[in-house]
Amino acid sequence: MQAVKKPSLLESSLKDAAGGALVTLALAAVMIGMKVDVASGRGAELFIEYRWFAVAMAVVVVFAGRLVMNLFFWRTDNSVAAAVSGLMPKSKAGSGLGAALKPLLLIVAIALPFALMFWLGARGSRQYIDLAILVTTYVMLGWGLNIVVGLAGLLDLGYVAFYAVGAYSYALLAQYFGFSFWICLPLAGILAAFWGIILGFPVLRLRGDYLAIVTLAFGEIIRVVLLNWYEFTGGPDGISGIPRPTFFGLEFTRGEGGFADFFGLDYSSIHRIIFLYYLILIMALMTNFVTMRLRRMPIGRAWEALREDEIACRSLGINTTNTKLTAFALGAMFGGFAGSFFATRQGFISPESFTFIESAVILAIVVLGGLGSQIGVVIASIFMIGGFEFFREFEEYRMLVFGLLMVVIMVWKPRGLVSTRAPSVSLSKSAKGISADLVQEGHG
Amino acid sequence: MTQWNDNPVLTVEHLTMRFGGLTAIDNLSFNVGRGDITALIGPNGAGKTTVFNCTTGFYKPTEGRLVMRRTNGEKYLLERMPDFKISAHAKVARTFQNIRLFGGMTILENLMVAQHNPLMVASNWTIGGLLGLGGYRHANVDAIEKAKYWLDKTGLIDRADLPAAELPYGDQRRLEIARAMCTGPELLCLDEPAAGLNPKESLELNELLMYIRKEHDTSVLLIEHDMSVVMEISDHVVVLDYGVKISDGTPEEVKNDPHVIAAYLGVDDDEVDQIEEEVGL
Repeated sequence: MQAVKKPSLLESSLKDAAGGALVTLALAAVMIGMKVDVASGRGAELFIEYRWFAVAMAVVVVFAGRLVMNLFFWRTDNSVAAAVSGLMPKSKAGSGLGAALKPLLLIVAIALPFALMFWLGARGSRQYIDLAILVTTYVMLGWGLNIVVGLAGLLDLGYVAFYAVGAYSYALLAQYFGFSFWICLPLAGILAAFWGIILGFPVLRLRGDYLAIVTLAFGEIIRVVLLNWYEFTGGPDGISGIPRPTFFGLEFTRGEGGFADFFGLDYSSIHRIIFLYYLILIMALMTNFVTMRLRRMPIGRAWEALREDEIACRSLGINTTNTKLTAFALGAMFGGFAGSFFATRQGFISPESFTFIESAVILAIVVLGGLGSQIGVVIASIFMIGGFEFFREFEEYRMLVFGLLMVVIMVWKPRGLVSTRAPSVSLSKSAKGISADLVQEGHG
Repeated sequence: MTQWNDNPVLTVEHLTMRFGGLTAIDNLSFNVGRGDITALIGPNGAGKTTVFNCTTGFYKPTEGRLVMRRTNGEKYLLERMPDFKISAHAKVARTFQNIRLFGGMTILENLMVAQHNPLMVASNWTIGGLLGLGGYRHANVDAIEKAKYWLDKTGLIDRADLPAAELPYGDQRRLEIARAMCTGPELLCLDEPAAGLNPKESLELNELLMYIRKEHDTSVLLIEHDMSVVMEISDHVVVLDYGVKISDGTPEEVKNDPHVIAAYLGVDDDEVDQIEEEVGL
């Protein structure tokens, strides 16, 4: 049996590999083999540089690669998916870990700046605290988007618009009226929620892909308006000199009346960084607290029911339009809070910070973490944002590794890292999580 | 004899529903008596589910009027109301032919979602509940108690924390009825509740419906193909065929109506002439 099968496998693999090599040859001959260049010696004449060796390399690599994959993975029983799954820890093992993980992460998050200061000193720890601030900002954004995408099942590709609204609300209010951060923070949230509702009204009759496209367009519209309304927003120049937040009226400045002076400390710029870290940590935890509380309230249950079956919701007397709008508005509000924090941290904002890739990253965090899972968002943003920044030196390979990791995660855990849904209410104490296979993703 | 005309909970008057050139329901009028179990029967494609969709606001009827009279004397014109308001204010609840449960939520959560509107009020539209003010905590406990009551009645209490999608088919049907009852309806519309049930489950369903009618202020309107259910429990049967009402009366009357026999059961070849003569074709 084995003897009969072997040659046929080899034969078909060879055929397939040869086919792949042929396609590569056809493509590479034009795309790699010929390079148009400007001749430096003979004026500005164009000439074609031939690189047949590189073409040969590409063909050989594709041939060998396809042959190996055919022989050992694709045509055999041990598929890549199974191979990858085998390497990963079983999901069951993770569930026990999850319960202990939450308090542990919280303790680490609270102790982090002081631990870093202790080990690395003020100078050395600054970059890491900055990174922690960035990660926490994305955690907050992820939690905000999780309300819209994870709970209500509305795919929003333009979430960064609300982040931008929050940031610009603060920057403009501070610039034109001189409002302080603490007055602007709630205003920014309210304005973002207001924009969420404005977007929501026309959009929420759309479903699925259509909703995704319109939200995407909305995100771009906001950015383009910010970019072109030069007199008001400064356009591509952005807004600089955004005031820093104060600690109950104490500014983080050197000299009399500053934070360090008041508490009798030596002035250090790290104080402000640590303050910003705790500020975003508290804001993120508030987001989490509110979301978790809402999940156990009728509105939160209605969001999840909406994700499961909209028609059934309407038959039970739930006003689906209002329910969707609240989800949109609330998600937008947290985005707005995060945005005004972003503005005060940077001190400078420009439309460049609010491109589509930001929306994509936030959505990737939510999807990788597992739709609707709060802890999943934390883990995903630590890995994604933290990993991004840590490997900044390997700029060229970063996206490659990132893409590869995404593929691995999607093969290993297609429903995200944390793919069980905890019931919002239960009769017995030992109620189990619901497998994500049963949970709907929503249709918009 | 025609007690459903004296005190109807729902009056359907000249209901017509057209989809383009297709007339699904044509000038249909009937009453649903208060406290009755009314069955709407007819061959496949007769327009039964369309009547339901008009009643519960999922379709807007082309012509006609649907009047819901609540026990407190309020009158609602259902054809003018959006679907969610029909459930919330007119107190008409429904189930679906192809079960529509919230599969990824637990059985208890399904029943909690059904109590959305009273809980929203109790939580001061979320704000009070979020801040821990008001009687939300109490209302929540009461809602759980109500859910437990219906879980007990439908025999699902020991599986309350399981996801609804994991339940067997018959239990899903019962859960859908429990969920509809949690909205506190005065008219319960059941779209083929016995479809796919085995005889034992079918019997349990009969008992459940009899119980609902006896103990709660709820009238029942049901679409059903299973005649053992229809004849056993209904007080009033309305028969549709091609969108037209062909018979209306007690189960006994309907059972012996030649129109119904012709439309529903078909007739032997040699009886066609005789029946057609009786029917007046």
